[in-house]
Amino acid sequence: MAITLESPEARANRLAGETWQYDGASGGGVSGTVASIKEIWGQRRLLRLLTGRELKSRYKDSAGGFLWSLAKPLTQLFIYYIVIGQFLGAARGIENFAVYIFAGLTIYTLFSEIVGTGTGSIIANAGLVKKVYLPREIFPLAAVGSALFNFAVQFVILILAALFIGTLSFGPQLLFGLGALVLILVWGTAIALLLGALNVYLRDIQYLVEVVLLLLMWASPILYSWQQAAAVLPQWLLEIYVDSPITLAVLGFQEAFWSEASHGQPLEHLALRMLIAGVIGLIALFGAQRVFSRLQGDFAQEL
Amino acid sequence: MSGNVPVVEINDVSKRFIIRKEKSLKERLVNAGRSKQFKEDFWALKNVNLEIDSGQTIGLIGPNGSGKSTLLKTIGGIIQPTSGTVRRRGRLAALLELGAGFHQDLTGRENVYLNASILGLSRKQTDLYFDDIVEFSGIRDFIDTQVKFYSSGMYVRLAFAVAVHVDPDLLLVDEVLAVGDEAFQRKCLDKIRSFQREGRTIVLVTHSLGQITEFCDRAVLLNRGEVLFDGEPHEAVRDFREVLEERRIGEVEAHNAAHEEQVAPVNNGRIVSTTVHAHGRAQGEPVHPGDDLVVRVTFEHPTGIEGWIAAIQIDNVQGVPVWGSASLRTGLELGRLREPRTVEFVVRDVQFGSGKYFINSTLMSSEKVHLHDVPQAVSFDVPYYDLAVGIVHAVPEIRDLGTSGA
Repeated sequence: MAITLESPEARANRLAGETWQYDGASGGGVSGTVASIKEIWGQRRLLRLLTGRELKSRYKDSAGGFLWSLAKPLTQLFIYYIVIGQFLGAARGIENFAVYIFAGLTIYTLFSEIVGTGTGSIIANAGLVKKVYLPREIFPLAAVGSALFNFAVQFVILILAALFIGTLSFGPQLLFGLGALVLILVWGTAIALLLGALNVYLRDIQYLVEVVLLLLMWASPILYSWQQAAAVLPQWLLEIYVDSPITLAVLGFQEAFWSEASHGQPLEHLALRMLIAGVIGLIALFGAQRVFSRLQGDFAQEL
Repeated sequence: MSGNVPVVEINDVSKRFIIRKEKSLKERLVNAGRSKQFKEDFWALKNVNLEIDSGQTIGLIGPNGSGKSTLLKTIGGIIQPTSGTVRRRGRLAALLELGAGFHQDLTGRENVYLNASILGLSRKQTDLYFDDIVEFSGIRDFIDTQVKFYSSGMYVRLAFAVAVHVDPDLLLVDEVLAVGDEAFQRKCLDKIRSFQREGRTIVLVTHSLGQITEFCDRAVLLNRGEVLFDGEPHEAVRDFREVLEERRIGEVEAHNAAHEEQVAPVNNGRIVSTTVHAHGRAQGEPVHPGDDLVVRVTFEHPTGIEGWIAAIQIDNVQGVPVWGSASLRTGLELGRLREPRTVEFVVRDVQFGSGKYFINSTLMSSEKVHLHDVPQAVSFDVPYYDLAVGIVHAVPEIRDLGTSGA
């Protein structure tokens, strides 16, 4: 065996020098979160492996492999473009309608995948949760990782399409794209952590999430413009509508990859609104991690 | 055991499970106000204190549901205690409830890498060990098959192979050895022995009491979440047998109570005493090979019983039956038992190997129902014999016959 053999004494001496590990949850408050982040960082190799596994096992027994991950968004694009855009006439008010939808769909799909897979992630990995100790945040984070991979593939298509149609130009507006991505990652991760943990105790959550995700897609200006919503909604509801992190991210993405060449009317103070949503998101993420670390103590017995 | 370096410290640990009888959102909402009715507390561990030193092999024993597995999971950090603290150090590998954390959809190979990574090995290190792991598991042909198609034996083989190849300082093993075939079990036990020589710490949960006395230098007996005994393995095994016996009697009584109208109140009868000595030697003196062993068992029955059977069995310290007989076998009719009666068993010309032996005495009804068992009622010693080891005493003669060609 390639293991370097230690004598029992050497082993005992080495162990005597090692620091104690306390089992289970890290302490409370900020220090607890810092400890958790450290622990997760220590397992980053594992996180990569789990992300890869998530991707692999999803399309494991299929010949098409990860190409299937493209089938759904492209089909959606096709349906929405034809039905909403042409039949219902939404395309008339919005130039380059295909890029418009796809920009929104791409960033929204990222969110919906993070939340959808993240919610089920603890239960899907019950086999591991019950048998070995790991910082359990790893499982929702692996869901984020695999969602990011799918997002990257779609993103490449979006860029190619935008180049081809001519809505992409290099300029500061591209920063909105980055901001939107960060916004979705922060909020998505926070929600995935929270729901992933709660779902262990209440299995209904994963079904509820599917429904809510469907609803949220229509509650952000992906297939229509926000001005169309503004024309109908009362003022107070409009504020909620445009300030939801998802709407802001969708608008940010459209701003980056579509607006410039398509005479889009940007929302006032978009950058500031995104910044505020981002800060609140970070607080939410912190809170979600605290809840997660509280709940994770009983995961093994609830599964 | 070198020094006393604790690797696990369990400090006043209790674990409560809340048994909920409803699971879905609807049920919870409907029952929100009266949720107390739908909850039940169950203490799986109660104020457990334990310190495990580096290099020890500890056996956890106890009846089903006594908290063994929960304690092991608490040590492994998989379950958090409700109160108290657990701390440990060193690299930990755990084999809990048949198999390590495998993912069903991945192949054996991928799972090996995943598991090794969880246990803290880099990809490079895993590459180094990979062949050894596959070799040890003996399932090379299936290594690229998804583990969901594995038999339970294959599953355990691979899990065990991974766990013992990641250079753990502390190995937690729960009941896994029962699944593999005999050859693989032997291999595992050999591996555990070499782990002991290398000064690794092992915590073992098993129902094989033989394994406890054979491997462990300490045993912890749990019952209903509490530590009943912590110390010498064979004493723990003896206490454990008593716990089981009490439980059995309790169940018999409960059963009898429930069936009172059908069955006349069975007062079980009882073994009053058991003594052992070698013919010509006093009680308590060692028994030498060639002696006649005399065992006297006194029985009584409060209501009287016809056609009863007296039986004894001799076990070695590992709990392996060495010899046993019953009055039925020799054709002895004992008639009616009421007043205390003594039956003498003479075991002629015993040839036991050196070590300690225990005598279990049993009172049976004519239908061979055990009315009363006294496990390890008495014991005797056979002195050390320096020419041979084993359960059987026989004189060795060893000759050199030279090289085969000559």
